[in-house]
Amino acid sequence: MKTIDAIRSITSRTVVLPRTDIDTDQIIPARFLRTTSREGLGAQLFSDWRYTADGKPNPDFVLNRPEASGCTVLVGGRNFGCGSSREHAPWALLDFGIRAVISSEFADIFRSNSLKNGLVPVVVDEPTLDWLLANPGMSVTIDIETNTLALPDGRSVKFPIEPFARYCLLHGVDQLGYLLASDAAITAYEQRHTV
Amino acid sequence: MATPPKTLFQKVWERHEVVPETVDTPAVLFIDLHLIHEVTTPQAFSILRERGLKVRRTDLTLGTMDHSTPTRTEQVFGGAPIVMDSAARQVRQLEVNCAEFGVELLNMASDKRGIVHVIGPELGATQPGKTIVCGDSHTSTHGAFGALAFGIGTTEVGHVLATQCLLQTRPKTLAINVEGSLRPGVTAKDLVLAIIGKIGVSGGTGHVIEFRGPAIRALDMDERMTVCNMSIEAGARAGMVAPDETTYAYLKGRPRAPQGAAWDAAVALWKTLPTDQGAVFDREVTIDASTLEPMITWGTHPGMVAAVTGNVPARSDDPVFDKALAYMGFNAGQQLAGAPIDVVFIGSCTNSRLTDLQAAAGVLKGRHIAPGVQMLVVPGSQQIKKAAEELGLDKIFIAAGAEWRESGCSMCLGMNGDTVGKGQYSLSTSNRNFEGRQGVGARTLLASPLTAAASAVHGRITDPRDLL
Repeated sequence: MKTIDAIRSITSRTVVLPRTDIDTDQIIPARFLRTTSREGLGAQLFSDWRYTADGKPNPDFVLNRPEASGCTVLVGGRNFGCGSSREHAPWALLDFGIRAVISSEFADIFRSNSLKNGLVPVVVDEPTLDWLLANPGMSVTIDIETNTLALPDGRSVKFPIEPFARYCLLHGVDQLGYLLASDAAITAYEQRHTV
Repeated sequence: MATPPKTLFQKVWERHEVVPETVDTPAVLFIDLHLIHEVTTPQAFSILRERGLKVRRTDLTLGTMDHSTPTRTEQVFGGAPIVMDSAARQVRQLEVNCAEFGVELLNMASDKRGIVHVIGPELGATQPGKTIVCGDSHTSTHGAFGALAFGIGTTEVGHVLATQCLLQTRPKTLAINVEGSLRPGVTAKDLVLAIIGKIGVSGGTGHVIEFRGPAIRALDMDERMTVCNMSIEAGARAGMVAPDETTYAYLKGRPRAPQGAAWDAAVALWKTLPTDQGAVFDREVTIDASTLEPMITWGTHPGMVAAVTGNVPARSDDPVFDKALAYMGFNAGQQLAGAPIDVVFIGSCTNSRLTDLQAAAGVLKGRHIAPGVQMLVVPGSQQIKKAAEELGLDKIFIAAGAEWRESGCSMCLGMNGDTVGKGQYSLSTSNRNFEGRQGVGARTLLASPLTAAASAVHGRITDPRDLL
């Protein structure tokens, strides 16, 4: 059974994609959605940017560069994850090895999908984002318990996260289990609500 | 004591709270209609199977096949196999899942099949005041009826299948007041593109939009669906239009709409839904429909949009702008009208309904598309295809040199065999012009069915008012 692992903190160097409005069609193009599994999608992450027309890795794309190796924190421009609701986007990021994404704004459905899979969306203010975009490869620590992002110059930036989402990340809570435990309330509601 | 005035959104939300939101926990929200399709559900059914769970409310769940399905008749109706094995597997898997879990499925052979956001309204399953979800971001379409309708991920599809509920935090509200009236040749698609151009592709993030005002009231249901459909392109959680006589006239007599005394009771309830006088929205934006022109996108997201009579903007020191222009092969400041196109696509959940096809056919009647242009017309559902054929629209399209296909998402998202080639310009009535959306390297220009048809005739971006 696939449930998310508990996460307390993530420390990594950053890999940086300095573009705004990175949509989920870029994160994983629709032609890779003809699958009935959620496994192995990392191979197709950012496919049209990552590979050349003949299918070889594009040496200029940031995720193919040697310094990106082992990085688990991705920094992207404002409005990250806009467009399609495909959960294949966070699945592909996680399968590739990304554990957290930092941006100044996330699209709602992408953010919701990410949290349900243990991919941490970290929202920072524009000056902090600009600094991170301008300084790739910085070592950062994302602490879920205190919802802070620690930067290498000693600064510590709070990021917003709903208490329930934070609790779920910290304890690896299975949200379906939580909903199933509301069965009595759902049954009572169904008795008074007609569709 | 009088209750405080409420918005349409508030009323629908509060009617569906199984457990209200608290400081520490999201609301448990009941879902009245769950639409499912082949691409975003296999992994959800797998979770149900692993955990030994059932579909809680098969009576509130409806399946169809649209995204990865072919549009060529011989593949749809089984004379020839679906060319792509992966698509055939998804279609088969949905059949297996629906049979095993007892969910109604409008399969490839069904004359009621179609794009999920087209068939819900067409069957009368989409109704005012309902909560409607689907594993597809364009679920916002159903908000045209005064439903609260939004796209969800596959994990949430599993939540709804198992519990008929979702965990949700309450969004903010954004009123978009559309004053005045649209001029001839300017459509609902142009209006929503102009709105996205004004508020931006993340202008609605965290909000449910209510589209209001005289220009919205004047729209028919197909047009309201086009507007609500693209709410997500402004980043909104959902888009809504208050139900009115136009809504009721559309729904009355549809197979899944209430009938007889139940109809009267439903209408009485629906009439309580519109936003009360004095209700407060978190934000308000006003736009004057009377000043709008036909619109077309020039960049790589729907907010990069201009009047078809206008120009690509000129900006300096903007790397995002430069990348978009490089991808599109456009120059800053260049005129849009007259730019050559290769492909025209009329279809998608945005613009594939009967009135969209009639608008395009009206332009193409007695005309032919330009040499070298490929044009695909893909109705939103099998029922729309049949209705269009009864009106002879298929003959107009075919005589004009276009291809007439079976229903589906088709060229909107390039995952079913209908794609645009690398570097080609596609004038498309769909909803997204992201890089590679219609095929690797494809360059998409979003516009209305009128603009698409007029441009097909000239092989160049054309103001449709020149041909009306």
